[in-house]
Amino acid sequence: MAESGVVAVYARVVGAQIRSQVQYRGSFLLEVFGSMVTNALDVATVFVLFSVTGGLGGFGGTEVLLMAALSAVCFSWGDLVMGNSERLREYVRTGMFDSLLLRPLSSLAQLTAITFALRRVGRAVQGLVLYVIALLLADIDWTVGRVVLAVLAPIAGTVFFASLFVAGATVAFWWIESGEVANAFTYGGRDFTSYPSTMYGGWFGDLFTLGIGFGFVAYYPSLALLDHPDPMGVPSWLHWCSPVVALIAASLAALFWRVGVRHYRSTGS
Amino acid sequence: MPHVQVALAAAGFRRYATYRQAALAGAFTNVVFGFMRCYILLVVAAQAGGSVGGYTGPQLVSYVWLGQGLLAVVNSWTQLDLAERVRTGDVVADLLRPINPLWTYLWTDLGRAGFAMVTRFIVPVVVGAIAFGLYVPRHLLTYPLFLVSTALAVLVCFACRYLISLTAFWMLDIRGVTMFWVFVSGAASGLYFPLAILPGWLSAVLWVATPFPALMQAPLDVAVERGGLAHGLLVTGGQLVWVVLLLLACRWVQHNAVRKLVVQGG
Repeated sequence: MAESGVVAVYARVVGAQIRSQVQYRGSFLLEVFGSMVTNALDVATVFVLFSVTGGLGGFGGTEVLLMAALSAVCFSWGDLVMGNSERLREYVRTGMFDSLLLRPLSSLAQLTAITFALRRVGRAVQGLVLYVIALLLADIDWTVGRVVLAVLAPIAGTVFFASLFVAGATVAFWWIESGEVANAFTYGGRDFTSYPSTMYGGWFGDLFTLGIGFGFVAYYPSLALLDHPDPMGVPSWLHWCSPVVALIAASLAALFWRVGVRHYRSTGS
Repeated sequence: MPHVQVALAAAGFRRYATYRQAALAGAFTNVVFGFMRCYILLVVAAQAGGSVGGYTGPQLVSYVWLGQGLLAVVNSWTQLDLAERVRTGDVVADLLRPINPLWTYLWTDLGRAGFAMVTRFIVPVVVGAIAFGLYVPRHLLTYPLFLVSTALAVLVCFACRYLISLTAFWMLDIRGVTMFWVFVSGAASGLYFPLAILPGWLSAVLWVATPFPALMQAPLDVAVERGGLAHGLLVTGGQLVWVVLLLLACRWVQHNAVRKLVVQGG
């Protein structure tokens, strides 16, 4: 199939999806509005805790805002693109995944097209606005490198969260009732990255910050933008590495997805 | 009649006991969130000189881990089947039974909460106790009062979710209302942070004018003995008032909703 033909097919599937979602108009409008409030509430939660002592983990207001806003923009865009992939569980359980494999298009791209949620657009746009405001408020010594990072960091974080959503959904090929385990890393990751990584202690903090790589979503890019040394002693060149980490995450998720699809056995009904 | 209630509660218990792997997966997620929230609140407390909003370190640890355990018991994030049954028209079968669906759903939900109490509640509490060490209550009476307060929290949450499901009679699709409920009930119930951190007037408004603190903050305050036994009895009494008010609201709204019912399809 020609490239433009493939795009047209995706556009049609997404269009049909949008039309079906706006059928219950009252409910849909509430959802769009509700999803816009979400980011604001998430960031407000960070600042409720901030207000207790006027600082969090050794960082000031504009620095904490930058990390929270970067986390919000990465999660909301990752959620917009891949967030609904958790519905794969339903497709595997009922055997409906067969219908995706029968079509001459990538099964992963089809899954994202048929689970596209228009209501999340509001939230994603709002996250972006918040990030720009945080960049303007923060005390950043702008250089070419930092401008590039300021643009790349939200893209890298989005790719990182989208990879997590795909990897989490893929587990369903082996373990259908796994849904909530994935939530620990997707929604859990959103909460984790909203705060400076210095707040988490022990093996748990190291595992999530460096092991899984959540530090590279918002914490390290913010340190690089602010020219702030890491209180935990991670060398400063690593602060710039979030695009590399995102590429690794995406490759691993794609590989995992392929293995998962190979493993898929239909229900036979 | 008690026979019916016991049978319904047992059915609710068995339904969830069938999905043991899902319970395990959920408990794992609660544990991850427990570690996160616990570290965050302890750092804030350390910066503030040892306590936050009147909670000392061990009280905060208990607050976080009991809260993660209670989340699945109170279960504010999963909606009842009722709304989907209204949309499909299956609700007719519920209405034809010789028992008001309000009570059918209530007893089934109590059975579900019972199963959650012996599985989802235990796991985070044990992990929290091993990893951080929990606050040990001073009064023996705190233990039974915590159980009473938890049961009332389950009832308050059930009534709230039943009201949300009833909106399906008008809206058919309740995802929009559910979304609001999830965010507000999370932030205003004390799940994310103790409500005492908020400005005084705001937490006072939440306590007096909304049922949200009755979902989590009330049983958690009872468990960590915030304000002593007298305060615990007061918040438990407040929960009881909310249970009565909300169940009356459920009956009234349902009465109006059924009159409006149009069964979809053939």
